[in-house]
Amino acid sequence: MTASITVAETRAEFIKLVRLPAYVIPTLAFPLAFYAFFGLAFGPQRAIGGTTIATYLLATYGAFGVIGCALFGFGVSVAVERGQGWLLVKRASPMPPAAYVLAKLFTSMAFSAVVAALLFGLGATFGGVQLAPLTWIALFVTLVVGSIPFGAIGLAIGSIAGPNSAPAIVNLIFLPMSFAAGLWIPIEALPPAIAHIAPFLPTYHLGQLALGTIGAGHGSIAVHILVLAAWALVAAGLAAYGFKRDEGRTYG
Amino acid sequence: MHDDDIPARLTQAGKRYGIVTALEAVDLELRRGETLAVLGPNGAGKTTAIRMLLGVISPDTGAAALFGRDPRVASNRTRVGAMLQVGGVPATLTVAEHIRLFSAYYPRPLPLEQTVALAGLRGLEKRLYGKLSGGQKQRVALALALCGDPDALILDEPTSALDVESRLAMWECIRGYVARGRSVLLATHDLVEAEALADRIAVISAGRIVAEGPTAEIKARAGATLVDSYLALTRTAASEMSLT
Repeated sequence: MTASITVAETRAEFIKLVRLPAYVIPTLAFPLAFYAFFGLAFGPQRAIGGTTIATYLLATYGAFGVIGCALFGFGVSVAVERGQGWLLVKRASPMPPAAYVLAKLFTSMAFSAVVAALLFGLGATFGGVQLAPLTWIALFVTLVVGSIPFGAIGLAIGSIAGPNSAPAIVNLIFLPMSFAAGLWIPIEALPPAIAHIAPFLPTYHLGQLALGTIGAGHGSIAVHILVLAAWALVAAGLAAYGFKRDEGRTYG
Repeated sequence: MHDDDIPARLTQAGKRYGIVTALEAVDLELRRGETLAVLGPNGAGKTTAIRMLLGVISPDTGAAALFGRDPRVASNRTRVGAMLQVGGVPATLTVAEHIRLFSAYYPRPLPLEQTVALAGLRGLEKRLYGKLSGGQKQRVALALALCGDPDALILDEPTSALDVESRLAMWECIRGYVARGRSVLLATHDLVEAEALADRIAVISAGRIVAEGPTAEIKARAGATLVDSYLALTRTAASEMSLT
């Protein structure tokens, strides 16, 4: 029963977001435009970390893209549905709560897959990016699965932020954390002060995992995964606290 | 009667929010086949009672039950349809998509066409929710409550903010549902609505049930009209509260 409800919920969630320009444009257009500008305009020939800039930035803008899908897909939509009462209608229905969260997760992973595939197409067609088939797959899977901890972070934001402040909060976290983690400009090219902050950011660890698949990553894969898992756990705990706190607020 | 036969019940249910007592030792029972109106002014505790029955908020004291089961468990809510007073319904899904999704929550939902017909939404199936009028939106909320073919409906202020015509249409839908032998619990601050729909009325004031009985009896208790008796009852309760 929960499985079939999750399928129905996921389908509705996906359709709902596809028709929402406020979600589709920032999540799809920003990473594609940034990559076209920085990755393709500068990068086909120049070398960095044993590969080309176009290849390097394909991994980091891939991370940037999937993180956006997860943060906006969870953060903004949960804050809006919670703040405006729609979540209450769902909670009063027989929908299993897990179906709600899983539907958002599967939807944001589906969007992540689309963003990754579009970036890959751009890179291969216009950036001269050439990877072995298994490397393409490893990068794709790393990006799509790696978006999950950011879904948890988005859920935490969505469970605490108001519907009007959530988009601003997500941008305030998303954009600086992407920049400081070297997802826009290679971390080697960032000022040292910022590069020192990077390892404290979850965005850095997904970026390094993605770079690892093309042989340009730093640090231990296990450490990156552990740090991301820790962020996911803390975020899930915060989300649980946020939803619990809601109950004390409704009366009348 | 066995508990399975009671669609909805609060037993000595209490809820506090800080220093505000939203409900105090409330006993409430929706019987099979009846329409019960919980009538009271805004802030009297109607919404708290409704949300407690739907498992969305937990009682501090006492208990809530739907057909004898804990409403906080999602699978125990499959025999009940609910209509709450909230906004924020996703605007980018169509009427049919909304109904199909909620139908998936229930083990034996009505066919889509039947839900659409019952809620008076024929011809609007493909319209995006965001493009509907206020009355049509409220009928979608009713459709989501009806689509699982529930044995009981729980409605919080189903016609507030509707124009006269939409309100009468909504009443017709509710009456049609009751005519099939189902039960309805309805929270309202609207005396006319309670009189028009309910077999029985429970008057709630300051978190307590201050009067309960058949609609005619409640009406006869203090004055010639329901308005008189309602005002008399809630004023008595309010003055008692201020003395204690």
